[in-house]
Amino acid sequence: MRPFTYTRANDATSAIKLLTENPNARFLAGGTNLLDLMKEDVERPNTLIDISDLGLAEVKSIANGVNKGGVSMGGLGKNTDAANHPLIRQHYPLLTQAILAGASGQLRNMATNGGNLLQRTRCPYFYEVSMPCNKRAPGTGCGAREGINRMHAIFGWSDQCVAVYPSDMAVALAALDAVVHVRNAAGQERQIPIADFHRLPGNQPEKDTNLVHGELITAIELPPNRLADKSYYLKVRDRASYAFALVSVAAALETEGAMIKQARIAMGGVAHKPWRALKAEQLLVGKEATEANFNQAAEAVMADAKPLAHNAFKVELGKRSIVLALQTAMNGGKL
Amino acid sequence: MDEHESPELTEDEKRLFANLMPEDLSEILDTGVNRRHFLKLMTLAGGGILAAQSAVAEQLLTRPLTPAPAIEPASVSLDNAVNVSFKVNGTVRKLTVDSRMTLLDALRERLDLTGSKKGCDHGQCGACTVMVNGHRVLSCLTLTASCEGKAVQTIEGLAKNDTLHPMQDAFLKHDGFQCGFCTPGQICSAVAMLDEAKKGQASYVTQNVRQTTGPARLSNEEIRERMSGNICRCGAYPNIVAAIQEVYSGKPVEQVFRSV
Ligand SMILES: Cc1cc2nc3c(=O)[nH]c(=O)nc-3n(C[C@H](O)[C@H](O)[C@H](O)COP(=O)(O)OP(=O)(O)OC[C@H]3O[C@@H](n4cnc5c(N)ncnc54)[C@H](O)[C@@H]3O)c2cc1C
Ligand code: SF4
Ligand code: FES
Ligand code: FES
Repeated sequence: MRPFTYTRANDATSAIKLLTENPNARFLAGGTNLLDLMKEDVERPNTLIDISDLGLAEVKSIANGVNKGGVSMGGLGKNTDAANHPLIRQHYPLLTQAILAGASGQLRNMATNGGNLLQRTRCPYFYEVSMPCNKRAPGTGCGAREGINRMHAIFGWSDQCVAVYPSDMAVALAALDAVVHVRNAAGQERQIPIADFHRLPGNQPEKDTNLVHGELITAIELPPNRLADKSYYLKVRDRASYAFALVSVAAALETEGAMIKQARIAMGGVAHKPWRALKAEQLLVGKEATEANFNQAAEAVMADAKPLAHNAFKVELGKRSIVLALQTAMNGGKL
Repeated sequence: MDEHESPELTEDEKRLFANLMPEDLSEILDTGVNRRHFLKLMTLAGGGILAAQSAVAEQLLTRPLTPAPAIEPASVSLDNAVNVSFKVNGTVRKLTVDSRMTLLDALRERLDLTGSKKGCDHGQCGACTVMVNGHRVLSCLTLTASCEGKAVQTIEGLAKNDTLHPMQDAFLKHDGFQCGFCTPGQICSAVAMLDEAKKGQASYVTQNVRQTTGPARLSNEEIRERMSGNICRCGAYPNIVAAIQEVYSGKPVEQVFRSV
C-alpha cells in the first residue's frame, strides 16, 4: 500500500468539502473494496476520509414525497443491518436475499450500502497491474477482450471493456426501481434513479457510475410496491456460497388471479451494470404465470446476448436461471 | 534484546549446531549470539534441519521464545502516524501506527496476539476474523486507525483463565481442524454467528426471510451458509459444522469423524 493521510470526518459537510478539494482523496466506508484495491496498487489515494462516524445509517419509512410509503436506507448503513431490518425483510425480501447472497457474514458486517453500490469490477486483468486494462489505465487496451473472459459480459459491452459489475444488492435495487440520493459540496441533493447510476463501458470504461467526485451517497430510497409476496433472488456461482455470480436473477411478480399484472426481471453477472430486462417484463404482463410464458420471456432477454470466446454458457444458464427465478417467485420465494 | 550479548546456547543446542553447521559454530560463539538469533539462523538453514528430524531440533523450534513486549517505534517519526486507543480483549491499548497498518498486523506485530491468522490478506479466507464491538469482521481489511474507541475481541480473549469457551471445547471434541491455521478465525466467526442467529438474522438459505420474529433456527445447511466466509484448506468442514451444531443446540452431537 502507498502512504496516505488518514482523516476521520465528523460531519458530512466537511467530509464532502475535503473530498471535493482533492482529486486523489477517497471516502473510506467499510473499506472492504477500497483497501483490497489499495493493497493491489490498483487504487492509489493519498488521503482517506473515514466517513463511518457520520450517521446516515438509518432504515426508515418514507413519509413524504414521490416515494411516500416506501423505505429509505442510509448510505452509510451496514449491509447486514439493511438486509435484516424488519421493514426491508417484510416489504423488500428480494433485497434481503440479494444482500445475503453476497460476500460473507464478516464482509456484510463491514460493507455499507453506498460502498456496495460503488464496488469495482472483479475482472482479474483490472486487479493485476502488470496487465493491460482500459478501466484501470485508460488507453492500455483490454486484457480480457481477447484473453480469458469466462466471467465477463454478454450484454452491453464495448471493445474497450467487457467487464461485469459484481454487486448482488444493486441487481435487486434495479428490479425495485430504487433511487440513489447524493449530496455535493454546495449542499445540493441529487436523486439518481438506479437505472442511470451505473454506466455501460462505451469509450470510457474508467467511469463505472455517473457519480461526480465529491458527491456523498446519503441514502437509497425504495418506492412502495406490491411485489413482496412473489419475489426471489437466484444466484448461480462456481461454489455454493462466498463467490461472485456467474449469473444472477432478481425476479418479482404481481399477479391477479392467474394473470401477471406486473413483472420485474434484473440480471447480475452479465453486464457492466445491473441488466434490467424491460422488454421481457412487458411480454409477461397480462399473461398467465406458466412455464411456457416464463420460457418465452427468458428467450426474449437472451435474444440480445453477445457472448465472448469463453462465456457462451451464460446464455443458456441465464435462460434457465430466469425461468427458475420466476417460478420460485411464484412459489412465494421458496426454492 | 542486544544481538551481541553473551551466548545463551544450551549444550544441546551447541551440539546440534555443531552437527549441522560446524564451520559457523566457533565464530558464533566467539562473536556472541543469543538464542533468538540462533533460531533465525536455524530457520534460514531451512529444510536441512527438518530433514535431520532431530528431537533436539524439534524441541528447539517449538520451545516458546520469551514473549516480546509490545514494540513501540520509540522516537522514530512516522510520516502518516495515527494515535489510536482501543480495547483489546478488555484491556485498553494505545498505539501509534502508520495509517496503512491493518488491525490484523497491529494485533500480530505490535500486540503479540498471533492467534488471528493472515491467510490471504484480501478478505477471501476468514482466517483473520475477530470481533469488533461484538460483530465479526475481517481484521485484514480493517485499518487500525479506524478502531479508535472500539472494543476488539480476538481468539486469545475467549477463554476465561483456564476455562475454554464452549466453542473451543466443541472444536476439540469434534476435531474441528487439522492443521489449525483457520481455527481461530473459525471459532471467532462461529461465536459471533450464533449471536447473529439469536438476534434473528436471516441468511441466503433462510426459507422465509419475511418472518422476522424470534431467533433463527440453524440447520446444518444454515450453519454452512453462515460460516461460508471461513475457508478451511484442510476440509474439516463436517467436524466444524458438528462442533457449532453442538454449541447451538446445547445437546451432544455425534462426532462425525467416528461415524465414517
Ligand atoms: C472476498 C470478497 C467477496 C465478495 N463477494 C461479494 C459478492 O458475492 N457479492 C457482492 O455483491 N459483493 C461482494 N463483495 C464486495 C463487497 O460487497 C463490497 O466490497 C462492499 O459492499 C463495499 O462496501 P464498503 O462499505 O466496504 O466500501 P469501501 O471499500 O469503503 O468503498 C468502496 C468505494 O466507494 C466509495 N464510497 C463508499 N461509501 C461512499 C458513500 N457513501 N458516498 C460516496 N462514495 C462512497 C469509496 O470511496 C470507495 O471508492 C465481496 C468482497 C470481498 C472482499
Ligand atoms: S474487461 Fe474492462 S476491467 Fe477487464 S481488462 Fe478489459 S478494460 Fe479492464
Ligand atoms: S486474511 Fe483476512 S480474510 Fe484472509
Ligand atoms: S484446519 Fe487446516 S485450514 Fe482449517
